[in-house]
Amino acid sequence: MTWVNAVVQGILLGGLYALLGCGLAVMFGVMRIINLAHGDLAVLGAYLVMVVLDHANVSPFLALLPVLPVMLLVGYGLQVTILERSLRSGVLVPLLTTFGLSIVIQNLLLEQFSPDVRSLGGEAGSVATASWQVTNDISISAIGGLVLGVAVLVLGGLQLFLSRTQAGRQMRATAQDPDTAELVGVNARAVYARATAIAVAIAAVAGLFMAIRSTFFPFAGPTQLIFAFEAVVIGGLGSLWGTLAGGIVLGVAQTIGAQIDPQYSVLAGHLVFLAVLASPRGGLFSIRGATT
Amino acid sequence: MTQSSATVPAPRYGVERWGRLSISFTAFAVALAVAFAFVPVLFSLGTTQKATSLLILVLLAAMWNALAGYGGLVSVGQQAFIGLGAYATVWLCNHDWNPYRAMIVAALFCAGVSVPLSFLVLRFRGAQFAIGMWVVAEAAAILVSLDQSLGAGTGTSLIELNYYTPTQRQHYTYWLTLGITVFFLALLFLLLRSRLGSSLQAIRDDEDAAASVGVRVLRGKWILFVIAGAGCGAAGAMTLANTLFIEPTSIFGVDWTAYMIFMVLVGGLGTFEGPIIGAIVLFVIQNEFGDNGVWYLVGLGAAAIGFALLLPRGIWGTLEERFGLRVMPVGYRLRREGT
Amino acid sequence: MSLLAVTGLDARHGLLQAVRGVSLEIDEGETVALVGANGAGKTTLLRSIAGAHRPAGGRVAFDGRDVTSVPAHKRVGLGIALVPEGRRLFPQLTVEENLLVARQRRNGADWDVDRVLEAFPMLKPLRDHRASTLSGGQQQATAIGRALMTNPRLLLLDEVSLGLAPVAVDDVYRSLKTLIDGGTTVVLVEQDLRRALQAADRVVCMLEGRLVLEGRAEELSRERITDAYFGLKAEAAR
Repeated sequence: MTWVNAVVQGILLGGLYALLGCGLAVMFGVMRIINLAHGDLAVLGAYLVMVVLDHANVSPFLALLPVLPVMLLVGYGLQVTILERSLRSGVLVPLLTTFGLSIVIQNLLLEQFSPDVRSLGGEAGSVATASWQVTNDISISAIGGLVLGVAVLVLGGLQLFLSRTQAGRQMRATAQDPDTAELVGVNARAVYARATAIAVAIAAVAGLFMAIRSTFFPFAGPTQLIFAFEAVVIGGLGSLWGTLAGGIVLGVAQTIGAQIDPQYSVLAGHLVFLAVLASPRGGLFSIRGATT
Repeated sequence: MTQSSATVPAPRYGVERWGRLSISFTAFAVALAVAFAFVPVLFSLGTTQKATSLLILVLLAAMWNALAGYGGLVSVGQQAFIGLGAYATVWLCNHDWNPYRAMIVAALFCAGVSVPLSFLVLRFRGAQFAIGMWVVAEAAAILVSLDQSLGAGTGTSLIELNYYTPTQRQHYTYWLTLGITVFFLALLFLLLRSRLGSSLQAIRDDEDAAASVGVRVLRGKWILFVIAGAGCGAAGAMTLANTLFIEPTSIFGVDWTAYMIFMVLVGGLGTFEGPIIGAIVLFVIQNEFGDNGVWYLVGLGAAAIGFALLLPRGIWGTLEERFGLRVMPVGYRLRREGT
Repeated sequence: MSLLAVTGLDARHGLLQAVRGVSLEIDEGETVALVGANGAGKTTLLRSIAGAHRPAGGRVAFDGRDVTSVPAHKRVGLGIALVPEGRRLFPQLTVEENLLVARQRRNGADWDVDRVLEAFPMLKPLRDHRASTLSGGQQQATAIGRALMTNPRLLLLDEVSLGLAPVAVDDVYRSLKTLIDGGTTVVLVEQDLRRALQAADRVVCMLEGRLVLEGRAEELSRERITDAYFGLKAEAAR
């Protein structure tokens, strides 16, 4: 039965990975940009919430509210200043600039806050520790369920946004053919900036949950980035619901690996990732080479 | 067309590979390589160690450039081979191999590993390849850290090198590094001058178009991948010999990729001379500012961003474009006869 | 005052000069056919008018206003719409979504999805179909409809008959006639001279980036146009 519990825990963990991967999927889907600073932006979000908590005695979820518009602006600014120019020079350059950005963010965080490992679990109160004992062997943690729920809401919300709203349609059109989008009145630059803003804000949400669920420190970004990527790629690049599926597959792989031996947890995730990539479909919801 | 024009004989053109500049520069490069061999004799051990680091940087930059600049393969995971090369050396030495022979074999081992690995990763494109390689590196790091005989997570050193005196060790390490670096640079040079070189250029410019004229795209990429694997493996082994102590997190760390990207970007992606310049720049920065901790890294990252945005072709690439320079004779020139 | 005034336009593709010193005026309500061989510069000229291509020199004025440095998406707001060569629909969007993306609000007789579907009845059953599943003729209809959704005052059509079966082309031109009769200003790039002469008030011919012939459709003979098309006789532009 502990195996079943492992799967359940994996599904819950997958919610976090899906949330982490969501922003990455948006940026890649719309602009073909691999944002190597994504994990660091999530960590930045966590630190900003921590700063708010230092000044106000509220729940971290409330503290997230003022952080979100800040992160939206950060994303917008990022796109307009750095990423837009990088895009023009070809597909390689955004990789390089976001890598540089990643290093800058990590070290600025180190400079501003100490290298101490922190957690926001304490401030979150009972949510962080409560759990629901389903059976003798299976328990569902409150925070795990919450993250999964939020992930589904965010992904669902994004999907609705893309398919039902004019701004969402414009984003899809620009993703498929930015040149022609301009010819039908869509401001491609603004669309890209919106996409990055959304991606960075979602990263902050993911960062908060990561901080509550476990810990964070200035250099925690790259690890989260890899998990986010694995979630997106396993699910199939360019599919939002695929990111949820990918996150869950990754989470389950890790928890089952941990059941065998705690040291194998992350490795199991890596192996599943490589196996999925190597398979003919190249991803759960994608066809190799297909775009959005 | 009623306008009459005096008939002018059409100019004659010839194709040449070596220009005056190329010949003199290549001769200079060979002389430089020979001169470099005398470094341990002329300078202190400390300087020799630094020179070894510089050579390792040059090798790494050249390898990453080979992959990304010539093959269009952006790898965020070459550190997989760096770590593998280092740990293969450790393993061989644990089994009583001579350390320096072990290093060479470790490089060959990495070439060997890259062959089956290529069947997996070369099917990926773009993002999938980049991240895929990174995941391979992470997986390798975990596997190594689970092995007690390799020092597990705490790291290991090459105690077999203690059989040599420090002077001998540093000198042998230096010469081996010089030899390997020159070897790989020469290998790349010859490769680029060969038919494969033109194929690679075509692949880089437009893969599908290249395939349609018969360029064997996958084979070209494969060759680069294996060479880069061997080169990075050698660099890893050299690093072990030069710094004496390694541990999984750092030798398999993604920072290596950061440095390689920086060097190639600053020097000039896709040029032969660029990576060398980039390596020199990084080396100078590391030595001058390495002690400034956080701000040094911030500066490095900001410089990478700055170069990517303002000088995307790097120092050498921009110079090449501006002045029409062709120093190393890897390309073809159309020369008007009589000039 | 003319609706569109192009003055001395120069446009390049890298080092290649695609448009050389082209000057052209189009009045509201006119239909102008732009003819010329492949590579004559017609597409580049249209794209420069629409704002998708940055000219190296010259001026584009729309409704008296200098729009030379106005970006493409803003020109759409002003009333210039280009149906690009090759249709260029958004492949993963449905027909309806392709139309909705281009929706621009303007006072007066607005085009909307229903009105477009009335104008192109063949699209009615295809409303929820992905654009990539449509035939050439259906795609062309959708592309024109999409441009119409922007409520253009000036409609630029680049090679609407390219790759279409003659029957499909007939359908397209039938719909175009309705548009033209309704007063829309149209610039039409067309390889088929017969159709061009039938549909247009004026004909403009380009050769190697220059305007080599200009005149009213009923006044120009086919021979004169053909000569200008192939550059057989040096013809000064009017």
